[in-house]
Amino acid sequence: MKTVYVDNNATTQIADEVREAMLPFLTDLWGNPSSMHTFGGQVKKHVEAAREKVAALIGAADPQEVTFTSCGSESNNLAIRGGAEAMDKPLHVITSKVEHAAVSGPCHYLEDRGFRLTKLDVDSQGDLDTGALVHEVKSGKSLTSIMWANNETGVIFPVSQIGELVHEFGGIFHTDAVQAVGKIPMNVSELPIDMLSLSGHKLHAPKGVGALYIRRGTKVKPLVLGGHQERGRRAGTENVPYIVGLGVACDLAGKKLSEENDRVKAMRDRLEQGILACCPGSRVNGDSMHRLPNTTNISFDFIEGEAILLMLDDRGICASTGSACASGSLEPSHVLRAMNVPGTAVHGSIRFSLSTYNTDEDIDAVLTELPKIVQRLRELSPFV
Amino acid sequence: MWDYTDKVNEHFRNPHNVGKVENPDGEGQVGSLACGDALKLMFKLDDEGRISEAKFQTFGCASAIASSSALTDMIIGKTLEEAEKITNKDIADYLGGLPKQKVHCSVMGREALEAAIYNYRTGKTWSKEIEGEVVCHCFGVTDKEIEEAIRNNDAQTVEDLTDTCKAGGGCGNCIPELEAILKRVTAEMEAEKNKPVQMPMTNLQKIHLIEDVIDREVRPALRQDGGDLELIDVAGDIVTVRFRGACSGCVVSAITLKDVVEARLKENVSEDITVEEIK
Ligand code: FES
Repeated sequence: MKTVYVDNNATTQIADEVREAMLPFLTDLWGNPSSMHTFGGQVKKHVEAAREKVAALIGAADPQEVTFTSCGSESNNLAIRGGAEAMDKPLHVITSKVEHAAVSGPCHYLEDRGFRLTKLDVDSQGDLDTGALVHEVKSGKSLTSIMWANNETGVIFPVSQIGELVHEFGGIFHTDAVQAVGKIPMNVSELPIDMLSLSGHKLHAPKGVGALYIRRGTKVKPLVLGGHQERGRRAGTENVPYIVGLGVACDLAGKKLSEENDRVKAMRDRLEQGILACCPGSRVNGDSMHRLPNTTNISFDFIEGEAILLMLDDRGICASTGSACASGSLEPSHVLRAMNVPGTAVHGSIRFSLSTYNTDEDIDAVLTELPKIVQRLRELSPFV
Repeated sequence: MWDYTDKVNEHFRNPHNVGKVENPDGEGQVGSLACGDALKLMFKLDDEGRISEAKFQTFGCASAIASSSALTDMIIGKTLEEAEKITNKDIADYLGGLPKQKVHCSVMGREALEAAIYNYRTGKTWSKEIEGEVVCHCFGVTDKEIEEAIRNNDAQTVEDLTDTCKAGGGCGNCIPELEAILKRVTAEMEAEKNKPVQMPMTNLQKIHLIEDVIDREVRPALRQDGGDLELIDVAGDIVTVRFRGACSGCVVSAITLKDVVEARLKENVSEDITVEEIK
């Protein structure tokens, strides 16, 4: 059975080019970039080349503004905890109700330590309540962390507008751009963004590497203390093969950006329209105007997401759900709840997220199988 | 990814007895759309009072569907008295076990069965409020269900309760109350365990004991006033007596009945006894 992988917001396949580029650093070039001898020291320039590639993809003015980390979660922790602890207290931490746990986790950590925390609402389209943001940023110096694009719905937030507001009142703005980097064009040097998180495995590098953009002049206290690696921002010998891989992945993503926004978007739109047309009682969750080109989140009335997902899985189709049952919690997705998705639909949401590796046949496979599954589960449901 | 047993997967993918029963004898629905799972169960009895047909409709995840399918298989061919004995654990065992966080799916099956039998017996629609007070409003879980989860499913922490009956899995507002119930019921269970096991009395023993108590503790006092008391019947916990002689027709006999006879019997025989008088 062929695997149809449409769960790219969860993780992505490692690009061949990335793997190839990494291999020498797992075989011959295993030296320590901090070494004084040539054998080790020669590795350093590969780390720096990767830094340049990451900086280029996000439009950082200076590669030194890029700090390598172990993952997106570490980047978020470093930005939020490290950023807040470097600022003068008392400090106001502002975030949204639809953030990834890697952002809400450190925000709650700060709240427990006496910081004031505000979580902004979104509307039924998943768009941020910017009116409330205006009100909150005025109340004092803030560290504001708002995602660039939502992982579940793909809804894109107006980071430029948010950053301007935060800066107007002397605050610092961090954005979790893990889902946005490589999918939409960006140029941080021209945006009011102080810190930006990205993750390797969301853009065809392996799991276990990420980066945090820290604009020159932004103060951050390191979380990992020890050596002077990453200019003292993160101690620990560099994960050279993965950093090199991330660099190549960023390079590739930059080259494929237009394809992402044409071919991938066209596949996504065909998938979405196809599902809406052949599955009655289905609806798209989230603002379709301001949305990543690869993501669609669709709810099916009166049926439950885990059941849909397992039946898709039987047919080799990999997607994900915001349903409670699948996650082991009892509450459905906090994102869909914040959007007030109606009770009939909130438990039956499925997210499809594509990448440049998807084909038209993948879309056909989903469009053939999904309606049968939906119908089958509706036959079982007492509410239809 | 859940570690479902083959049996769960089988019943989820090819559930048995899906649909509705024409003119069912009993019908029960539990859960709701908002809660994320719901189950409607219907059955029909044959001439011998055995369940001849049972069907279900379920909104929920794989283990909810599998639990429903298993339940219908288990009850077909049983009398209601036999079916009533099925516990949620039996349903989970039938499926070769359920992941801990999914135990509430089997509890939902057990509740639907209860609801359907209630409907058959009373003609009314079962609702949770009949059996207690809602403690967890997010999932509409009553104090009685929580107590059952502690007693029958060995729930020892709030987390266990959430796995078993969903209580506490939402906003968390009910957690202090859940903790209080946990504390109370565990203490009660502890006390029950330490109490010497008493064999339940046979009916005959009970009647003898009642006669004995009346003889020893009630009659002498009545006789002093020229009256007497006759034991007419013992039906369960209801003891029927008749006053004789000076006592019959005496206005204070009602007080005597409560104060003396019932009090003595409660004390010596069983807390549940009530005494009724026939004239
Ligand atoms: S009331 Fe129990 S979890 Fe909300």
